[in-house]
Amino acid sequence: MLKQFRRPGYLIQFLLAHGTLFVYTLIALFPVFLVLINSFKNRRAIFRSPYTIALPFEPYAENWDTVGYETVFKRAHFDTYFMNSLIVTVVALLLILIIGTMAAFALAEYRFKGNTALGLYLALGIMIPIRLGTVSLLRLIVNLGLINTLTALILVYTAMGLPLAIFILQQFMRQVPRDLKDAARVDGASEYRIYWMILPLVRPAIGTVMVFNMIPIWNDLWFPLILAPGEATKTVTLGAQIFLGQFVTDWNAVLASLTLSAIPVIVLYILFSRQLIRGLTAGAVK
Amino acid sequence: MPMNKCRKSFPTHIVVFLAPAVIIYTLFMVYPLVDSLRLSLYAPAAAGGEAFVGFQNYEKLLTHELWAPRLQGALKNNFIFFLFHMFLQNPIGLLLATLLSSQIVRGKAIFRTLIFTPTILSFVLVGFIWRLILSPLWGISGDFLAIFGIENQPWLGLENTALPTLSLISVWQFIGIPMMLFLAALIAIPDELLEAARVDGATAWGLFWKIKFPLILPTVGIVSVLTFVGNFNAFDLVYAAQSELGQPNYSTDLLGTFFYRTFFGVQLQPGNPTMGATIAGVMFVIILTGVLIYMFGWQRRLLKLEIEL
Repeated sequence: MLKQFRRPGYLIQFLLAHGTLFVYTLIALFPVFLVLINSFKNRRAIFRSPYTIALPFEPYAENWDTVGYETVFKRAHFDTYFMNSLIVTVVALLLILIIGTMAAFALAEYRFKGNTALGLYLALGIMIPIRLGTVSLLRLIVNLGLINTLTALILVYTAMGLPLAIFILQQFMRQVPRDLKDAARVDGASEYRIYWMILPLVRPAIGTVMVFNMIPIWNDLWFPLILAPGEATKTVTLGAQIFLGQFVTDWNAVLASLTLSAIPVIVLYILFSRQLIRGLTAGAVK
Repeated sequence: MPMNKCRKSFPTHIVVFLAPAVIIYTLFMVYPLVDSLRLSLYAPAAAGGEAFVGFQNYEKLLTHELWAPRLQGALKNNFIFFLFHMFLQNPIGLLLATLLSSQIVRGKAIFRTLIFTPTILSFVLVGFIWRLILSPLWGISGDFLAIFGIENQPWLGLENTALPTLSLISVWQFIGIPMMLFLAALIAIPDELLEAARVDGATAWGLFWKIKFPLILPTVGIVSVLTFVGNFNAFDLVYAAQSELGQPNYSTDLLGTFFYRTFFGVQLQPGNPTMGATIAGVMFVIILTGVLIYMFGWQRRLLKLEIEL
């Protein structure tokens, strides 16, 4: 450390690097922080002293007010929206993982006619957004009688997540040692059993696929808006959008609902940030 | 690679493994895309139903006085939106990634996690958070701009500032993606290589441009094509912050919002599915062109470069 400091310009470089990162961190977090602290204030304080913090105890209690949250709980069904988002995200993720690992296993393990072609066909969807087919997708969902159901969202998100999932999982499945599988085959294990045996070995890839899909599904606005806009099937993202549009002049309610809909994602992020960042930096995208 | 020997019996298990993925993917992704392209060649018929009209919809979109200005406007805005991401978001992402991979920086994990936070928030949240911050009523943006001696304006409300402002908000939200991808590429560079260059007396600047940057060129390509596809498919942020009309006066209208309005209808204008499919067809061609240029232009050239080296 001391030796390094003697190098000319080291201190300047050190300060410049940390200064830049610090300033950018402030830019990234300050808007979110500002919304959070102001959601617990009365209307007057939001405008008069937006940079102070209000808490439910002295000496910070002067501006403390939870009227925004009361409005949100009275007027919007965020508990329903939250459950809907949770169901859609969890079920779609499970389907992507189960169906994706099965297909990836078959493509990586067996040589059959059309293996490469099928792999390419499934990979096409990585780059072409599913949104462009919305007109026909809406008709299909209507014809299937699935409009305004969570099932419609789950099916669409599963189809959307599969191409990248299969692509990533396939790379990992190819690296599983051959001997392991052949030994199991000699012992009389069925192909299904071998698939089941391999799953724990590709856990890192499963984690990557999960975090890659989780956030886009939870945050999507397009498909809930088009396929499931009904009150009973609204997701948090759509519910927040509509609530915010209606209550745009009620600053307390707007700030409170923004905070409420950000909290689940931020909690998830805190829980999974390690996996997410490892997934993003694991060279999954080659 | 050794593969399973072909078996005499019909390989039922292969079908069982592949069928669910192929069925769901084909039914809910490939079929809608193909059928939507087919629909773009149809128009509502006088007798009810839809009739084949060839490329008339595309002709209308490109030349009709009601459609052409909107298409050109959305295309131009979308292109500007893309330029902001390409030349601001990606270089800043690269700068942050370079700092985060540097030996002298302490607390990398904390900086990395915090800077990535906006990327996990939904467009709806980001759109409204910035609407509040930029609202002249609240005056937060005014307080900060005053430090730099800039006069506050309703940035999202004026025709000539709305699109750059919206682009900057989107850059703020998505900087985490290029940052992480560049970071992954930079970490993968072998330490011995950098150490050898340092011993030879390379400066940090020279080290970056002569060694690091050429080595992360494949990632530059991936980041560019992801930015391109994401931007020409963008919708949510405009919808949340400026409504589906791309207000004010269509100045923030992107292809995504134009597509949504046309196909779903807005206010008194009823939805027009076949014209909507036509706009989706235009978007499809644009995105496919970008992807093909990346696959056959960029990747091929990189391959050639590697062979020559």
